[in-house]
Amino acid sequence: MKTRINDFIVRFANVNGTGSASANYLFAKTIFRMGIPVTPKNIFPSNIQGLPTWYEVRVSEKGYLGRREGIDLMISVNPQSMAKDVQSVKPGGYFIYDSTKKLNPDYVREDIHYLGIPMMEMATKAFEDPRKRQLLKNIIYVGALVRLLDMDQQTIRELISEQFEGKKALIEANFQALNLGMEYVEKNYDFPLFFRLEKRNLLGNKILVDGNTACGLGAVYGGATLMAWYPITPSTSVAEAFESFCEKYRRDEDGKNKYAFIQAEDELAAMGMVIGANWNGARAFTATSGPGVSLMSEFLGLGYFAEVPAVLIDVQRAGPSTGMPTRTQQSDLLAAGYASHGDTKHILLFPASPKECFEMTAEAFDLAEQLQTPVFVMTDLDLGMNDHVSEPFEWEKERKYRRGKVLTTEDLENIGKYGRYLDSDGDGIPYRTYPGTHPTKGAFFTRGTSKDEYAAYTEDGAAYKRNMDRLTLKWNTAKTLVPPALIQNSASPCNLGILYFGTSTFSSEEARDLLSEEGIQVDSLRLKAFPFGKEVEDFVESHRVIFVIEQNRDAQMRKMIVMELNCHPQKLVPVLNYDGMPITADAIKSQIVSYLNTESNPNHELSKATV
Amino acid sequence: MSYLKPLFSHPKLPKNKLGYTLKEYEGSLSTLCAGCGHDSISAAIVKACFELSIEPHLVAKISGIGCSSKTPTYFLGNSHGFNSVHGRMPSVATGANMANKELVYFGVSGDGDSASIGMGQFVHVIRRNLNMVYVVMNNGCYGLTKGQDSATADRGSKNKSGSVNPFEAIDLASMAIELGASFVAQSFSGDKQQLIPLLKAAIQHPGFAFINVISPCVTFNNNPGSTKSYDYVREHIEATSALDFVPVKKEIRVNYAEGASAEVGMHDGSKIHLNKLRMDWDPEDRISVVNALQNAKVKEEILTGLLYVNTDWKDLYQTLNITDNSLNQLKESDLCPGTEELQHINEGFR
Repeated sequence: MKTRINDFIVRFANVNGTGSASANYLFAKTIFRMGIPVTPKNIFPSNIQGLPTWYEVRVSEKGYLGRREGIDLMISVNPQSMAKDVQSVKPGGYFIYDSTKKLNPDYVREDIHYLGIPMMEMATKAFEDPRKRQLLKNIIYVGALVRLLDMDQQTIRELISEQFEGKKALIEANFQALNLGMEYVEKNYDFPLFFRLEKRNLLGNKILVDGNTACGLGAVYGGATLMAWYPITPSTSVAEAFESFCEKYRRDEDGKNKYAFIQAEDELAAMGMVIGANWNGARAFTATSGPGVSLMSEFLGLGYFAEVPAVLIDVQRAGPSTGMPTRTQQSDLLAAGYASHGDTKHILLFPASPKECFEMTAEAFDLAEQLQTPVFVMTDLDLGMNDHVSEPFEWEKERKYRRGKVLTTEDLENIGKYGRYLDSDGDGIPYRTYPGTHPTKGAFFTRGTSKDEYAAYTEDGAAYKRNMDRLTLKWNTAKTLVPPALIQNSASPCNLGILYFGTSTFSSEEARDLLSEEGIQVDSLRLKAFPFGKEVEDFVESHRVIFVIEQNRDAQMRKMIVMELNCHPQKLVPVLNYDGMPITADAIKSQIVSYLNTESNPNHELSKATV
Repeated sequence: MSYLKPLFSHPKLPKNKLGYTLKEYEGSLSTLCAGCGHDSISAAIVKACFELSIEPHLVAKISGIGCSSKTPTYFLGNSHGFNSVHGRMPSVATGANMANKELVYFGVSGDGDSASIGMGQFVHVIRRNLNMVYVVMNNGCYGLTKGQDSATADRGSKNKSGSVNPFEAIDLASMAIELGASFVAQSFSGDKQQLIPLLKAAIQHPGFAFINVISPCVTFNNNPGSTKSYDYVREHIEATSALDFVPVKKEIRVNYAEGASAEVGMHDGSKIHLNKLRMDWDPEDRISVVNALQNAKVKEEILTGLLYVNTDWKDLYQTLNITDNSLNQLKESDLCPGTEELQHINEGFR
């Protein structure tokens, strides 16, 4: 069989709560350290212990970081899911199982290879402590993979030593388990397999980290001093990351905290605290997911209308309602973009990598204060909770926070009558004052009711309308401040475009290559923010058909483009995935090809490309 | 509208330590109904702040939604105010307080705002012992939506349309005590003599200070049969402690004719004198307060005065061990770990 180097997919089938996560991570991190692009994905249940959980690792020499279908190697240590797991292996692939118990004959397929390893038996023989037996059973299968896939032994030993630094006994036990797995393969099977690893230097100075950690760090760098939040999967680790970075970097010389970290009673209170702190001149944020956004909507409307900054990290999961809380989706776009009643709109940022999670979180604080309005960072479970290969984080030396238009005591001394909602600069952005700035000037009443330029309550329709129109002007100013979309044109002029954002990016870019292999050229646009800038308008205008790639059922981004850019809906063709798993390049390619075929062959004859 | 405000003031109006007259503490013209209890409370707040010589701009007024929540516009016009969303004043106040601990936070709420839609936030702000004054202007009904019963309306109380409330009332003061509020008082909008010193003590209290003020709704809940009408409250009120608040080093003692007296020391050196104190409870002993409130309920009495105080508990700022500089004063150099440190952080992810 033809050897395949650094191009395969391994899936681990485990039981939740058995310590498999760290063993599987060790496997992925070893590949990362070998300089090979790798994408691990955790597929886990909404459960603490006992239900099936999977860990899927894609290895791609070409650097494709999106998900792909087709499992080359399955490591099955969960009898509950074994029947299904056997079926999910690609013909010609391998199925590794714990042969302590005999394999059920129903699970035997003719077209795949079986590698039995008596993991439990080996662990029981080698280790005394029952908990240890269970944990080290996982390291035994990683040991087997070291041989089967030709993993670098020194690298994996280094990683184990780093993980258990200072705990000699644990390091030795892990090494012992690793050796057991390796030796079993050496004695019983041919190795390595026809697909295997080979050390490379493809990653340069890249890092392997999850998006939620990056958001938490971005908030520390961006100067957030209050985080108010309520636990909800998959956003909780943003709060954990923020707190742990703060413990390290935000203590004064007396050991006191240069931050406040409050677990609120619910999402409403979390957003209320964020609004209160921002109103009082501190950078504050929250992290939540879809159900939390629903609950925060009333406050978001207040933030928009009373013009109070706020930052919200929305780690999206599959909705509606409780939906699939541990599966990914990009399905909060409309709920976030237009959160709250009345004519309300919000700024959204779409990070596609941990580096962008870091950057955009920090930038969200600048934008929120410059524009005096809530800003969302729209990440998702896939980006937030899985490790991703990413460019390293960067921070410009001496970078200053852009605090927006805030009047100081001196400013107030030197102006005439202060008007909180007066547009002095013609950009729709008025001047704020923080409470306590000046004894007699600058105080005003912040409210969610209608007001005039001087913040006085009014029910005068003309004053209300002036204010609403100024908010529209401010929205137009926002278009020039948010990060612009990234456009990549194909070599020759072309009238087809693909448009994507966030975690659909990697699979969309891979799909672009796959299409190109079939002779279909497309230009591409990656959205980084809402509202859409002029470049998005031009891209939509200048292409005949634009495939809008997103991970929800209702083509929400497509709808937003139709609504905001006033373009013909027929130009925008939805390319969707909404089964809760990250979108794949194959799915994108096949939907685009099938559209183009239907378009060119109205009588539905299949073209070569689809056969 | 209650009253018309004259634009001029007498040149010889008394001034406080800061050289301000009462005028500097007033707000815009009230748009509440003439005779509304809430306006009396606003006036008491004005007086309390004037007498304590608080810089008006160092006060933040935060409210929810409802008649009561409108009042911050009608006092302390030189203070920033925030009329937020219904029932969510406590969270906004919490965020604001974390950002700048140097201000006095006045939370103004009503019985609908606190005892119904905002019950969750009311409960949790107490747990956290946020350093603020939380005033509930309690009239037992929803004024702005024309008089529906609220959750503090007493069982059996009759509203203007004649229907009798069949549900048990939520007693906010008892609840606050049970939840661990560090300062709980109850008063009546018609009793300024009691309310002003209570407000002063609440402002000075280093933690969560709750004052439940019964404040009759003249338009929708002042009818015979209502237990929140002026007449009913006057007949059933039991001023448990006439009191005076004495700021640091300025001893003014108002002596009432009879009853025992006690003195509660605050941490900043100021004192609360309690006169006419009933003998059956000690405002520093939670169990005795709870008993007294339960006994009063049986007797259909409304206890007013300082019910409970504890100045030893840490407020939220202290519990979270936040730095002495207010968080909104911190700069890039205080907050950002910097470019070089980021290289180390990156290294940790390789």
